[in-house]
Amino acid sequence: MAHRWGMTIDLDLCTGCQACVVACQAENNIPINTEENFQQRRAIEWIRVERYWEGEFPNVKARYIPVPCMMCENAPCEPVCPVYASYHTDQGLNFQVYNRCIGTRYCSVNCHWHVRFFNFWEPKWPDSLKQQLNPLVAVRSRGVMEKCSFCIQRIDHAEQSAQLQGRDVKDGDFTTACAQACPTRAIVFGDLNNADSEVAKTVASTKRGYQLLADLGTNPAVVYLKKIDADPLPEDSKHKYFDSSQYTRVKETVAVG
Amino acid sequence: MQERRNLPQMEVIQELLLPVTRTTMWMWIGFIVLGTILAAFAFAVAWMFYWGIGVTGLNRPGMWGFMIVDFVFWIGISHAGVMISAILRLTQAEWRRPVTRAAEVMTMFSLMTAMTLPFIHTGRPWRTAYWVFPYDFWRGIFPDVRSALVMDPSAVFTYLTGTILFIYITTVPDIATLRDRSTGWRKGLYRVLALGWQNDERQWMIQAATGFLLAALMLSIFVSVHSIVSWDFSFSLDPVWHTSVWAPYFVIGAVHSGVSAAVTLMVLMRWMFGFDKYIREEHFDAIGRLLVVVATAWVFFFMLDVFFALFNQDPRETAVMKMRFEQWPYTLMLVLIFVFGYFIPVPIWMFRKFRRNIKLMFWTSIMVNIGMWSERYWLVVPGLERKYEWTFDWNFYRPGIVEITIILGTFALVPFLFMCFSKIFPPVSIWEEKEGQNFLQEIKVGKASIPAIVREF
Repeated sequence: MAHRWGMTIDLDLCTGCQACVVACQAENNIPINTEENFQQRRAIEWIRVERYWEGEFPNVKARYIPVPCMMCENAPCEPVCPVYASYHTDQGLNFQVYNRCIGTRYCSVNCHWHVRFFNFWEPKWPDSLKQQLNPLVAVRSRGVMEKCSFCIQRIDHAEQSAQLQGRDVKDGDFTTACAQACPTRAIVFGDLNNADSEVAKTVASTKRGYQLLADLGTNPAVVYLKKIDADPLPEDSKHKYFDSSQYTRVKETVAVG
Repeated sequence: MQERRNLPQMEVIQELLLPVTRTTMWMWIGFIVLGTILAAFAFAVAWMFYWGIGVTGLNRPGMWGFMIVDFVFWIGISHAGVMISAILRLTQAEWRRPVTRAAEVMTMFSLMTAMTLPFIHTGRPWRTAYWVFPYDFWRGIFPDVRSALVMDPSAVFTYLTGTILFIYITTVPDIATLRDRSTGWRKGLYRVLALGWQNDERQWMIQAATGFLLAALMLSIFVSVHSIVSWDFSFSLDPVWHTSVWAPYFVIGAVHSGVSAAVTLMVLMRWMFGFDKYIREEHFDAIGRLLVVVATAWVFFFMLDVFFALFNQDPRETAVMKMRFEQWPYTLMLVLIFVFGYFIPVPIWMFRKFRRNIKLMFWTSIMVNIGMWSERYWLVVPGLERKYEWTFDWNFYRPGIVEITIILGTFALVPFLFMCFSKIFPPVSIWEEKEGQNFLQEIKVGKASIPAIVREF
């Protein structure tokens, strides 16, 4: 059976430490995001940690959601690309071919998790970091879209080693950079089609699982486990997404942080 | 309602060839001013090619901005062509005669301008140029026909091809007129382009039949082009964009802005080329009536779009609508859309006296297009700024100076190309004008003598 790579992210374990973000930047040759990039909202983070505040001061709670590419089964970004730069592999991965991409940016417009990033400028690294670039990952030029690949170079490497040993890829043979770096093991990566894998077991047994924007019907491969709140805030002080005051508050905290 | 007017044929030819034979002071001013803006436009595009899309104000997820808005706007302007020349030709509306060629030429140039925008807007335009156009369907590798971005250029280039053929077919007799009256390089050019036109009966029959056939074929374009442009947005899942009402809504909006732009163009031709005898008040009267109907239909669809967004009470759509109705600068745009697009011009167009006032028609038509540009911005940009529940990524789009220059450049490019065209070919069809006069006859009804049109088919 073909693989269906997937991920579980336990929000109860996530501390918002951003280790996954740093690991991903290092693994996948992502250019350094400057403060200006963030202010212009052009930062490239294949996995990002979204932080939301819940409640009013002093009863405030921070909520963290790490968001990598969801690797949707019916990905909205795929049929809108005029040149097939965004396509689906037989392993259920949603893939970006940098060489094909002409930069219409329609995939980003139609990605509702905002995990497709555009190279607005030619990427640059400080001299001290040039030797650090991962030779297994292409450096993307300006004008192309890029996104989380579930560390395809690691998948390929694991499959090749397993093939040399004459066996299938086992659960635990490899993991993505973000999952590897996660100190609390909130992020777990594996094969959803392999019933013995940790992710498949978690997905099958958990009662806290949900997918982001599941109602769009794209069937993401990333399953979130809901936070267990021992001391929940009263219902009326909960975060409301579409309150415009909430928007300004989020904006302010972004500027300060 | 046709006013009787009989002019000697030589006078018609001489006066309508004025822009070709002479360059008036206003044309010089136009060439210089528009040329300066175009130089800035070329510089801005070169700057953007050199440094990348980073020089614009685009961000994530606001990946589409000014250039896409302007693209939709110019495609909208181009709908004047098919509306006026195809539909009015098929319905044999007499008042179309002085307007058709100008409207078609404006269509051609606005389509060209429109298509440059998504092209320079791509991240790697050089690749777009040699990979995507012309689409390589043969090997089945590149174009994904599911994408609206493949359907869109197909539709627009079909329209462009049709328009160029249409302009050419209807210009051949006039090119022959020019060929017989010119010398030098012009003589050679016109001789080739006139295709051996000798004014014989068979040629006229073929020409008339081709014109009608093309007009009929282009009727489908009337519906298809702007529907497909709306699908560039409607095919996505973005809140507010993802709606089927956009296709007819965009079409009617396009006709509204396009016909208004045709009015602007008619006034400018009157002022610049002195075509007062040919583009008359009665023409403004007729086009004003058409505009009242079109504008009202457009407002209906506008309301429908808002209604459909609010009707399903989807919080995602409501969030965008809330921003559109409450936040700067969308509030200002809303006012521009309603007041400039409808509530000032339409009551004015209701009165025959005002419809025949050239200055008033000019300013109302300019107003409509300010409103329509705002409408396109109002429709396209907010959908990306409040995309889904990711308040973390909600953002605001501010155009960069490069984008503003490019937009100004497109507004200079179309009139500049139109003036270049009118230096080579007459912008008002000479043969159609003469044909119209030949058809015009007096009919006695009782004691009154009424001007009437006698047609052969």
